[in-house]
Amino acid sequence: MRLSTYNFLTSKAIKGVKVGFPLKLTIAKQDVVESEFNPTFIERLLPRLDWSGIRLAAEVAGLNDDIPAELPANVAENEELLKKLHHLLLEIDVLEGQLECPETGRVFPITDGIPNMLLNEDEV
Amino acid sequence: MACIKLKKLEEYLHGVDTFEKPKIKLEQYITPPHIASCVLYNIQTLYGDIEGKYVGDLGCGSGMLSIGSFLLGAGMTTGFEIDDDALNIFQTNVTDMELPGIDCVLCDVLTLSNNEKWENAFDTIVTNPPFGTKNNSGIDMLFVQTGVNLASRAVYSFHKSSTRDYIHKKVKDWNVKGNVVAELKYNIDTSYSFHKSKSVDINVDFWRFDVSEKNL
Repeated sequence: MRLSTYNFLTSKAIKGVKVGFPLKLTIAKQDVVESEFNPTFIERLLPRLDWSGIRLAAEVAGLNDDIPAELPANVAENEELLKKLHHLLLEIDVLEGQLECPETGRVFPITDGIPNMLLNEDEV
Repeated sequence: MACIKLKKLEEYLHGVDTFEKPKIKLEQYITPPHIASCVLYNIQTLYGDIEGKYVGDLGCGSGMLSIGSFLLGAGMTTGFEIDDDALNIFQTNVTDMELPGIDCVLCDVLTLSNNEKWENAFDTIVTNPPFGTKNNSGIDMLFVQTGVNLASRAVYSFHKSSTRDYIHKKVKDWNVKGNVVAELKYNIDTSYSFHKSKSVDINVDFWRFDVSEKNL
């Protein structure tokens, strides 16, 4: 699971959950899969992402020194930061771990790189 | 990444492993590599909807359309699938082919619209939905509706040609412009034992839905 995907996942489908975001991420095993840096793509992706979710991901992945507390206004001109975001969001691959609903504590396991967001019928 | 040649793309997609035991209830059949490569190539060359784009694949199965999109230069692709067996093959394909930037989520595609985070997350959605012939009539349009919700540019989907008029009418309600990009013959061969003849050809339309002015 890439950390860009993590940024979109919520537990809102659980009955009674109001926001379900951000999910509490735990990483047991991660890999780095290098990919071509496309600054335009990162720049276009950023407005769709939640910055606090990016910060959380960076913290868990041990890269919090790379990501500033606030999204700088001139990020498009900051190639160094775009590269760091590219690495964090698209290259870190969470192989084993879990996501936890902030409201109910329901755990969604990540196995072999696949987050399992399926819910039982009695949970929805 | 420069756009790869059609022939090369098809060669790669022939290497994608598919369902070991297709599940009837989920109407699993693969998007044949020849069809997948042709339609994806056209999505890129005619409409520019793949290269550098964030592409989502609804009901991705073992990843034919996700992998094809990535090979055509998508910035990132995320596949969604309810069947973990199919996703395990998906992951094996991605690992074996050493492809970066392809992700997948185990979930029910029909619940994605409940999470507003996914709204307009993608530039382009591709889907080869269940056709809705196994007591699940209309499920193909529920996939499209989910795609319309998730995409900001375009949704591409396969449907039985017999439903063409209905689809034209349906997407108008969402202020979405739909057009049939290609008419295909789908060969569903001996995937399932209940298919009486050895090989069944069905007429299938490949659609493009322009969602830039959508109103769901």
